[in-house]
Amino acid sequence: MELFTPDFGLVFWMFVSFAILFFILWKWGWPAIMKGVADRADLIDKGVEYAQNAKEQLDHAREEAEKQIAQARQQQAEMLREADRMKTQIIEEARSAAQSEAKKVMDAAKVSIEQERKAAQAQFRDEVSDFALQIAQKVVRRNLADASAQQELVGSLLDEMEKQN
Amino acid sequence: MKKIILSLLFACVALIAGATEAPAADGHEESGELKVKETIFEHLGDGYGWEVPFNHHVRIPLPVIVWGTDGLHVFSSRRLEHGYVYRDGDVEFKIAGADSPYKGKVVEIKDGEEIKPFDISITKNVCAVFISVFVVIWLIMKVARWHQNQGMKAPRKLTGGVETLIMFIYDGVIRPTLKERAPRFAPYLLTVFFFILVMNLLGLIVIFPGGANLTGNIAVTLVLALLTFFITNLCGTKHYWKEIFNPEVPWWLKYPLPIMPVIELFGMFTKPAALTVRLFANMMGGHMIVIVLTLLIFIFAAMGPAVTGVTAVVSIIFSVFMLLIDVLVSFIQAYVFTMLSTIFISLSTDKGHAEHDAHASAAHEKA
Repeated sequence: MELFTPDFGLVFWMFVSFAILFFILWKWGWPAIMKGVADRADLIDKGVEYAQNAKEQLDHAREEAEKQIAQARQQQAEMLREADRMKTQIIEEARSAAQSEAKKVMDAAKVSIEQERKAAQAQFRDEVSDFALQIAQKVVRRNLADASAQQELVGSLLDEMEKQN
Repeated sequence: MKKIILSLLFACVALIAGATEAPAADGHEESGELKVKETIFEHLGDGYGWEVPFNHHVRIPLPVIVWGTDGLHVFSSRRLEHGYVYRDGDVEFKIAGADSPYKGKVVEIKDGEEIKPFDISITKNVCAVFISVFVVIWLIMKVARWHQNQGMKAPRKLTGGVETLIMFIYDGVIRPTLKERAPRFAPYLLTVFFFILVMNLLGLIVIFPGGANLTGNIAVTLVLALLTFFITNLCGTKHYWKEIFNPEVPWWLKYPLPIMPVIELFGMFTKPAALTVRLFANMMGGHMIVIVLTLLIFIFAAMGPAVTGVTAVVSIIFSVFMLLIDVLVSFIQAYVFTMLSTIFISLSTDKGHAEHDAHASAAHEKA
């Protein structure tokens, strides 16, 4: 029956040991662990929240980026179209400018040709009248003593010729 | 495959049969036949020295501290080995024999009479309690240090395991039962859980740092139950005492014969008694079964090598099985003790229905 009778020495030491054990753990053990575990739980909660936010932001950012890319593409297309338009415009303008320039040049050339033609005509008329006069002088020297009468006659003849032309 | 297992089994039988004959022969023949009962109780009980494996004579000496008729005496337990009488000053001490009422304890011999002195020796069990205390402090401080130094990193291996166990008990037992009172009583309950668990598991180790049948000793479980008893009653609320002395039952159960108060008062003491006996009986039972199974080999040794061999194999298989179950029981009993202590404390510190309801309705209104 010795198994069922508690031994005083053991009870005493058990009490002392438990008191020391409890004091040490109560002072330095459990509070540190409980605080540590609670802190870690808080940190994990925060981490999860942060990750969720980050994921949301990431999704958002991806959407944003896609939107921007689409916008950029649109802009690019627009710019290309604009460039194309400007190109044709420039070509058109250049063509019209060249045309007008060419016209000017042509006009100027025409004018100068006309002038030269007129000068040549005048010269030619003079020369022809000279030749004609000389010929006529020689022809009519005998008929027409008066030189001025002869000149008048030749002039009127030449005027007629001109009108015919 | 079957053949290999069978041949291995037979080899084992042969080996053990051969081996068991030798110790059975020289271990117990000198002291006559095997004393089964003595051996069982020697292993279950306390002792002034600590057995070492493979030797029946050498023991690790431990200090004997006694307060005799003429004051304090401290000496090594080696002086009392093998029935020696130790003379310290004017008084003589020895370990009482089997015929004495103080069997196995240190007694002072005065005028030929045995007087039991005030004995606070560091016996095997006391030493094992100290070792358990060191192990528990080491385990818990390991986790506490981790939380102080490593901060937010997750602990691994042993530290992680112990932390998991702490949180298993705290989140699984203490907090759901005690609710807002949990932080106040958690240190005690967690200390009790780990202390019992370590004592249980150390008791299952057969050689030196273990082997003491600590939680299978009624003194140890009694102290633990008394602590719960004191906490339960010292922290008891008005409601708790009212439930004991004036419970809400029909009046004729309280007057003229105070039947219910007597039952409740009785219940106050049956709770720690149940705690004491439950842990004690469970752990002692486990130890006893393993010891008896081992002793069976030696009991059957007289019937020849073949029987001994078969008994050895069966006994060892059953012993291993029982020890594995005891590992489980060690945990379960620590858990049950903690859980019941939590419930007892929870019941005694409950504010009662009226206040509780008021509190609940106030919280409800707030929400």
